[in-house]
Amino acid sequence: MLSWIKPHRVVLMLLAAGLVVYIATAMSWEWLPQFAGDLVAGVGVTLLILASTVILGFLFAVPLGLFQVTGPKPLALLCKGFCTLIRGTPLLLQLWLIYYGVGSLFPQVPWIRESFLWPYLREAWPYGVLALTFSFAGYEGEVMRGAFAGVPNGELEAGRAYGMTPFTLLRRIWLPRAIARALPTLNGEVVLQLKATPLVATITVIDVYAVTSKVRQATYIIYEPLLLLALIYLCLTGILVFTFRYFENRNPTRDV
Amino acid sequence: MAHSSGTDAAKVIEVIDLHKSFGDLEVLKGVSLDAHQGEVIAIIGGSGSGKSTMLRCINMLETPTSGTIKVHGEAIEMKRDGKGGLKPADQDQVRRIRTRLAMVFQSFNLWQHMTLLENVIEVPVHVLGRSKAESTELAESLLKRVGLHEKHDTYPMFLSGGQQQRAAIARALAIQPEVMLFDEPTSALDPELIGEVLAVIGDLAKEGRTMLLVTHEMKFAREVADRIIFLHNGIIAEAGPPEQIFGAPESEHLKRFISALS
Repeated sequence: MLSWIKPHRVVLMLLAAGLVVYIATAMSWEWLPQFAGDLVAGVGVTLLILASTVILGFLFAVPLGLFQVTGPKPLALLCKGFCTLIRGTPLLLQLWLIYYGVGSLFPQVPWIRESFLWPYLREAWPYGVLALTFSFAGYEGEVMRGAFAGVPNGELEAGRAYGMTPFTLLRRIWLPRAIARALPTLNGEVVLQLKATPLVATITVIDVYAVTSKVRQATYIIYEPLLLLALIYLCLTGILVFTFRYFENRNPTRDV
Repeated sequence: MAHSSGTDAAKVIEVIDLHKSFGDLEVLKGVSLDAHQGEVIAIIGGSGSGKSTMLRCINMLETPTSGTIKVHGEAIEMKRDGKGGLKPADQDQVRRIRTRLAMVFQSFNLWQHMTLLENVIEVPVHVLGRSKAESTELAESLLKRVGLHEKHDTYPMFLSGGQQQRAAIARALAIQPEVMLFDEPTSALDPELIGEVLAVIGDLAKEGRTMLLVTHEMKFAREVADRIIFLHNGIIAEAGPPEQIFGAPESEHLKRFISALS
């Protein structure tokens, strides 16, 4: 029953435990209680940005993928162009172009300043959400293109042969089959998206990464906040992976 | 016109001078065919003879290059597509007619993300707008009929080809079709699984359903069909009752086709 206990494993476990004890005791964590509230709020902001950009980006990715497969040709080219542009340029550049570029044009337009959206457009986060949404849509649009194209034609033909409208066919057959096919890739994309979120700190959004920067500036402690940050992202990634694995295992068509 | 006379009531399907080309390749070169109520027609012929294409033109999975398809006397309206061919003028009409013709495919084409029961109730519920309870009841009885009742919660990928094809037949029956179109229903099956599918199709033939059956199973065609159509190079080379087609073939092509198979 305890056969998994082997000398090399015991040694490795002792080393890991020693490392944890060293980090916990020898390094300085006295700043933690003071910033605990900020850290929790920062994790909240990170998760909020992740969830909103993944959901919005995916909604955007579905037509991006679909139109590339179905056409009409000009629309297909437009979608392909968008995906290529997004995937071919750094996210940081896109974020700054949207925030410093578009964001600085808005205040010069009177009707935008007077619109009900202005209180939000003055903030930084809408630009962060927009840039990350576009980014996710660009990558996921390409994934969805492949997923739509990969659904066996016979199943679509069966839907048509039984009188489905194009919309019913999409809603009942094509989209569910494509999403099931894209799910394993989607998992990886969401994890990548999580690790793209700290870029919003560069446009003054206070996510969990920005909080640890604040700790460093306030206390001149460098490594401890970064180690904690690594641990936080690791935990969040773990949760994402297990959640997706749960859904993948429930998916009966994962092998087709 | 002869095609609108009183005897049409019994004609479920009329195919009139059907032509179909794929690019430069003319697959159907003027095929005409009537299927009467309760008639079982087997369509035979070598590969490339156009038999599947003809079947697929009937429910507009392939668009004819020219010619007319009528279902119960109602012609599917076509218009010029601007490229020298035709296209359906009214997609609503095509969809309405499709819900009256049930197709069974060579490769089953069950929806892999649905259980067998979900496959069978899908069209009644989401196309025909019937209630889920009523459709489920019908689906359960149809699955029982094809011998798959205990598998109703199983996904198609866990079933053998024969089981999948029987489920596909249940799906076809669930729309209570006026005509069943079988497109080589046993060609993708392992030899030992063909029998179970043919048994189900044979049962349906006996109960007086109108069926068009594209097949390579000559023995089966001879047993169940009222009429055999032999297609060769895109035209009907010979047609008649099974005894005549298999017993006294006239054309050289048919003689050669039959002797090659026996």
